[in-house]
Amino acid sequence: MAFKNENDQKAYWKENLSLLFILLAVWFVVSFGAGILFVEQLNAIRFFGFKLGFWFAQQGSIYVFVALIFIYMKKMNALDKKYGVEED
Amino acid sequence: MDVQTLTFIIVGASFLLYIGIAIWARAGSTNEFYVAGGGVPPVMNGMATAADWMSAASFISMAGLISFMGYDGAVYLMGWTGGYVLLALCLAPYLRKFGKFTVPDFIGDRYYSQTARTVAVICAIFVCFTYVAGQMRGVGVVFSRFLEVDIVAGVVIGMAIVFFYTVLGGMKGITYTQVAQYCVLIFAYLVPAVFISILVTGHVLPQTGFGATLADGSGVYLLDKLDGLSTELGFNQYTDGSKSMIDVFCITLALMVGTAGLPHVIVRFFTVPKVSDARKSAGWALLFIAILYTTAPSLAAFARVNMIETINGPDAQGTEYANAPTWIVNWEKTGLITHTDKNNDGKMFYSGDDRNEMKIDRDIMVLANPEIADLPAWVIALVAAGGVAAALSTSAGLLLVISTSVSHDLMKKTLMPDISDKGELLSARIAAAVAILIAGYFGVNPPGFVGQVVAFAFGLAASSFFPAIIMGIFSKRMNDKGAIAGMVSGILFTTAYIVYFKFINPSLNTPDNWFLGISPEGIGSIGMVVNFVVAFIVFKMTDEAPQEIQELVESIRFPKGAGEASAH
Repeated sequence: MAFKNENDQKAYWKENLSLLFILLAVWFVVSFGAGILFVEQLNAIRFFGFKLGFWFAQQGSIYVFVALIFIYMKKMNALDKKYGVEED
Repeated sequence: MDVQTLTFIIVGASFLLYIGIAIWARAGSTNEFYVAGGGVPPVMNGMATAADWMSAASFISMAGLISFMGYDGAVYLMGWTGGYVLLALCLAPYLRKFGKFTVPDFIGDRYYSQTARTVAVICAIFVCFTYVAGQMRGVGVVFSRFLEVDIVAGVVIGMAIVFFYTVLGGMKGITYTQVAQYCVLIFAYLVPAVFISILVTGHVLPQTGFGATLADGSGVYLLDKLDGLSTELGFNQYTDGSKSMIDVFCITLALMVGTAGLPHVIVRFFTVPKVSDARKSAGWALLFIAILYTTAPSLAAFARVNMIETINGPDAQGTEYANAPTWIVNWEKTGLITHTDKNNDGKMFYSGDDRNEMKIDRDIMVLANPEIADLPAWVIALVAAGGVAAALSTSAGLLLVISTSVSHDLMKKTLMPDISDKGELLSARIAAAVAILIAGYFGVNPPGFVGQVVAFAFGLAASSFFPAIIMGIFSKRMNDKGAIAGMVSGILFTTAYIVYFKFINPSLNTPDNWFLGISPEGIGSIGMVVNFVVAFIVFKMTDEAPQEIQELVESIRFPKGAGEASAH
């Protein structure tokens, strides 16, 4: 057992899941939300030469995806350290 | 120097580079052959993953598709990138900690079942063959257009190169050639895109040029111009789509989930040294992919404006066919552009209504783009080398999964458990060789259904692997029966729907007849839901997974103690 005790193990997994939940919520909002479900409403807004909904669908969501993975990486590495389960 | 000589030189030089790398990175053991010894640095693995992922379809066809689809093209852009978020957050780190060679390995061990392993092997092989046939075809098309050799000769040359570095180098050889191939393909994609962006909008970055005003001094935004042209010519507005919202939603979801479930992508995360490297590597992979995927829609818009203006002329009345630019003449020879002078005025005209006289294959947009924009010959040669790099890198990754599935999952784990490491390595090499021959055969004699079955590959991955792996990680108690029932029902549902609309009754393949208005391309997302629901119901009626499996699942949930990927 790599964790100090079972409570630690549960807490680690819980924190992991809540991070996952938040990041996946953002993932859903920028792609399925802004790019598909609310694309028409957002298209009423101009963003440089783009309609905003169209921009999210063809550009913006992809930038957010990249950012999400790097944020996850950073946060998880910190979480591993906090519970002492990082690799040697 | 003319285009053809330059193309020979640039493509030839890239081949020499790949062969050199293959000799340098030979595999000596099954560990090196399957997962490159688990020692690939994360940034390099990210590049290799990107090259593995971006196929001939991404490089050659995608911008063209978007160019004709407008907003609807977003299903590919989001679908083929968003899956990496799922992969990085929900799959890659855990599968790396689990530390085996293949996806069927995970399914078989986690669900303590030989049946589950076999179902997974069959899916993996099927998905990969579907894909690889299209890749070899891509190599053939590039060769026949740019080197003016026969498609057969093109495919044979491509096969020989892939054969050389896959059979010799295994995953290790493939990984390092893919790094080189990524550099070739991204350079080849960006150079013409930057040139065209500067020509059309004066912006160096295609991503910002996409939303900028035209360089002709009119002060009109590119996208507004395109919307105006589209309406005038009887098309839908470029920034609006023609698919229904639910269909766009389901196709995007199926492609995302399918991406996260594709075995040749997942296996790349077994090659890095540590769990934290698997997370990092997924981030780099998506960053490298995003460079091409954010350029593609810009390129699509530039190409569309350029194409319409070249054919219809500045006054939008059509241009003389007798003075057609050379790219039209060249592509007419391949049959991918045709002109029928309906009103006998000797002019070409392109539109979305009955005035239209042009038939333009969407696949040629990226390849013809540099010619349409009148770029120098070396740029055209570079694009050819990039297209070949994209097709070869993806083929190699797929062939490796096929050979691993046969030698490891089928031979070692099922038929001949006593086989030695050397014997297993030999059988992996033979399997790779046979797979290349079969793929080459499909490249030369493409079954008419290649285009149709790509939807199949994603639908299948989405409705089988993805739910099984997710439940295997996030539910400790999920058992063998639930997982198998889920996979089988997900696959059957998805297969039945696609086969019905694509093969049995193609005439009924219209939105009115679809289930909830969801096309066969998007049905994988419903198949995934079916998989989850069936698995859960069966699980509730049977015993939970045994204690030692639950402990195994606990142990993959944190990074500490991850060793190299291994067979035992």
